[in-house]
Amino acid sequence: MPGAGTVIGSEGIDNKGRSRSEGLTFSIRGLTKVYHMGETSVHALRGVDLDLPAGEFVVLLGPSGSGKSTLLNIVGGLDRPTDGAVSFRGRTLGDLSEGALTRFRRDHVGFIFQFYNLMPSLTARENVGLVAELARNPMTPEEALALVGLTDWMDHFPAQLSGGQQQRVAVARAVAKRPEVLLCDEPTGALDSETGISVLEALTGINRELGTTTIVITHNVVIADMADRVVTIADGVVHEVRQNDSPKKPSELAW
Amino acid sequence: MIRLLAILDRKLVRDLWHIRGQVLAIALVIAAGVATMVMATGTHRSLEETRAAYYDGYRFADIFAYANRAPEVMVGHLAEIPGVARVESRIVDTVLLDMPGVVEPVRGQVLSLPEGGIAALNAIVLRRGRLPSANHPDEVVVSEAFAVAHGLLPGDAIQANLNGRRRDLTLVGVALSPEFIYAIAPGDFVPDDRRFGIFWMGRDALEAAYDLDGAFNNVTLAITRTAVEEDVIRAVDDTLRPYGGIGAFGRDDHPSHAFIDGELDELEALTTVVPPIFLIVAAFLLNLVTGRLIDTEREQIGLMKAFGFTSYGVGWHYVKLVLVIAFLGIAIGFAGGYYTGRGLTALYGGFFRFPFLYFSLDTATFAAAGLISMAAALAGALMAVRRAIGLQPAVAMRPPPPASYKRTVFDRLYLTWAFGAEGRMVLRHMLRWPVRSSLTALGIALSTALLISTLFFLDAMDEMLELFFFDNQRQDVTVSFTLPTEDAVAADLLHMPGVHAVELFRSVPARLINGQLRERMGITGRDPGANLTLITDIDGFDVALPSDGIVLNDALAEDLDARVGDLLTVEILDGRQPTLTVPVSLVVREYIGRAAYMDRTALNRLVGDGQVASGAYLIVDSDQHDALFYDLTHSPAVEGVSRRRASFETFQQLIDQSMGTTVIVYIAFASLIAIGVVYNSARISLSERARELASMRVLGFYRREVAVLLLGELAALTLIAIPIGCVMGYYLASLMVQEFGNDVFRLPLIVETSTYAYAAIVVVLATILSGALVARRVAKLDLIAVLKTRD
Repeated sequence: MPGAGTVIGSEGIDNKGRSRSEGLTFSIRGLTKVYHMGETSVHALRGVDLDLPAGEFVVLLGPSGSGKSTLLNIVGGLDRPTDGAVSFRGRTLGDLSEGALTRFRRDHVGFIFQFYNLMPSLTARENVGLVAELARNPMTPEEALALVGLTDWMDHFPAQLSGGQQQRVAVARAVAKRPEVLLCDEPTGALDSETGISVLEALTGINRELGTTTIVITHNVVIADMADRVVTIADGVVHEVRQNDSPKKPSELAW
Repeated sequence: MIRLLAILDRKLVRDLWHIRGQVLAIALVIAAGVATMVMATGTHRSLEETRAAYYDGYRFADIFAYANRAPEVMVGHLAEIPGVARVESRIVDTVLLDMPGVVEPVRGQVLSLPEGGIAALNAIVLRRGRLPSANHPDEVVVSEAFAVAHGLLPGDAIQANLNGRRRDLTLVGVALSPEFIYAIAPGDFVPDDRRFGIFWMGRDALEAAYDLDGAFNNVTLAITRTAVEEDVIRAVDDTLRPYGGIGAFGRDDHPSHAFIDGELDELEALTTVVPPIFLIVAAFLLNLVTGRLIDTEREQIGLMKAFGFTSYGVGWHYVKLVLVIAFLGIAIGFAGGYYTGRGLTALYGGFFRFPFLYFSLDTATFAAAGLISMAAALAGALMAVRRAIGLQPAVAMRPPPPASYKRTVFDRLYLTWAFGAEGRMVLRHMLRWPVRSSLTALGIALSTALLISTLFFLDAMDEMLELFFFDNQRQDVTVSFTLPTEDAVAADLLHMPGVHAVELFRSVPARLINGQLRERMGITGRDPGANLTLITDIDGFDVALPSDGIVLNDALAEDLDARVGDLLTVEILDGRQPTLTVPVSLVVREYIGRAAYMDRTALNRLVGDGQVASGAYLIVDSDQHDALFYDLTHSPAVEGVSRRRASFETFQQLIDQSMGTTVIVYIAFASLIAIGVVYNSARISLSERARELASMRVLGFYRREVAVLLLGELAALTLIAIPIGCVMGYYLASLMVQEFGNDVFRLPLIVETSTYAYAAIVVVLATILSGALVARRVAKLDLIAVLKTRD
């Protein structure tokens, strides 16, 4: 794609350079975000410092309005900080143009949303294929859907799938391009616990097999038990960072 | 409750502001429909009322008659005819003038003004200067149009040939007359103010010039309201026959009146056919657009229901939304229609040379146009509100479940793979909502059709002129003689400067009668094998003039309800005035005027005054025009000379001025509707799909790629709609042709490729423009908010 591609791709962040992912994926310093809404200002983030090592499964916990979604949006290149910096593998996201940010999302980030956000007019296979077409070294849609256990549902349209199945299509869509980072905003928020666990299993499987740094936002404390690292956000600052040496399997969780 | 309503009203205002682009686009569609209606009926009504007032105020006569020489005492006899209210005798003749700056001789008509009194009928409106004074026989008043065309002012001198004598006249006044709203020279179809003028002189001066002491050669009459025109005409003919009367006629056969009637008919056709179509199309589009607008409010409707608003309350809220838009549109339409109507009326008024102008609007028109628009808008809104209210609040609050797409026949054929994922999304989205997609396409098609059906008028006018002035006429110059002249004149003409070819014709005034239907009409006699003037049969092929029977053109045949083989009664209004029975031998196609033709020899035989001609068609070297015209002007045998090129230009100018202006206003309104519809379709698609498109942006698609998805559908629907619109446009044009047509001209159903192309270009440009506006909004899609909303 014109213009955008050179910014990250040519300056050290190499999609295939797995060896480099041994270090930090994200290094966040003094991150501040202020939303101006008419005459009032809302301080969503008030100086977040955080390092996220490559390959970890991170759970971001915090009540509504704590700023965790804002943090995820900035990290994912959907929003820009008011102050401070996010560096992705040594490269500062704040310096990137709109086009370069799109390129960043396209090449390095997989998104999973609470409400799936699938294209209703495309089948499961095509939804995955749509994004895979953008990537440099993608899985085939069939491979990606096999990873989430939807081989038999590939040719169904979203309306013909259950919520959990739709979310697993979304997971397959996010991982098909082999992203360095998987950002999940309340991925189980709209699902019952059994379906939710099947989605979490898909996520941990991918984290394990592909070494994808995975950040999951949730206010479901139970999910924190399966993380390598649990970050608690409150009032726009990092309240606590806890290493979890023995993460549980999703199947051991219950809520 | 009151406070709650007030808050809802604030929501209403903010909602309206939020979608102001769409509000404006919808309002403009209504406005265009309402404005055409108000403008057209307003203009027509104003001109009719102005004419009626003009006729009334200046006593335009009802019946007109010529004689050779009738004694003044006959005026009393005429006044005694039952039903006659007033009589005014006059002296009327044609004159030839030398006017600087015009190559061909200029013709005029001279009329007497009663000495020292006010005319009982056909009073003139003095615009400058004064009336001729009694003891100055060389003083003359000229018609304003002629004075303007030649820059004449009181005090100027004019040289004219009165009754074969050259006279130096002094212009003392400039005037208008209800009798010459349009001054049309005998034998012409349209007014030509440079080459034909009206001159008024004192009665005594003209009696002296024409040796008509105590006599008159023209009389006009006003009849009472209960009188039967037909009966009075017969009585007038009987009274004047001994004095060379050649058939009285009513207003319908009066050139100026008939012409202005034609113009008003044409305007009426333009006002009765086009605006309702505009209004209906606009109303339909309005219905469509408001329906879709409310569909996008579905979630809010659910929310309001959940709060406990009644269905009626929610419905009323959205009805108010649509009412505001409709009122805005109707207000713009009224204002636009009022001002364009006033402008057009003023334009026509100046063109018709009315001494004053009434602009009056029909409140019923306002009301009808407003109500139709309002009803269409409300129907669209209510249907959508009902759709939303029919749902349980909880369901309504959730946006519609993921649209259930199915594999289509295209998928089975593996055709969609050819389009890539974007192509598949566009195609499936269109097929998923077949009704919505077809309605959008239909809206765009109707806009295209509307454009074609107004643009085609320009093509039709071109074709009409082309057939009449170029295909059917080859002569450069037409000469008319003062008196029927022996055929030997052809040889004399051939010897005049630059003349290559001469073709004689005979022209005889007559009354054609078929049963109850009668038309006063000149019959033109032509020679067999004539090749300077051609006739075209009803299928458009050149045909030879039959040697017997009478040939009618299509308009005259229709007026007389005559078909080939029918026997017509022909009353010749010249010479011995014989009455004959003649079969219709052919009906020919002509878009301009009404005409009857015969073989010249046969016509001469019927009339019974030997082998003579009334005039000749000439082919002339263009560099010899001046010399030829000089000779013709100074020949007492020549009554008038006209150049085909000049007639064509005059006619074209007339049509451009009269119909052209109205048509251009319509084209502008049709373009406005096209833009409004396309823009709304694009905006609504955007709001329906905002979430999907924002998701794609989040997934790493560039703005451009996402815009392609949205605009791809618009482009596809536009491409589908244009050919359909072209077909619909053709049928709409044929509908207009059927409704159209008057005594002066009729329109052929000709739609040029360029018209289709122009309409397509306007629609495509509207699409591109709307696309660009909507694409800008793609850039502003809120990527974060979209992730927070439910599917």
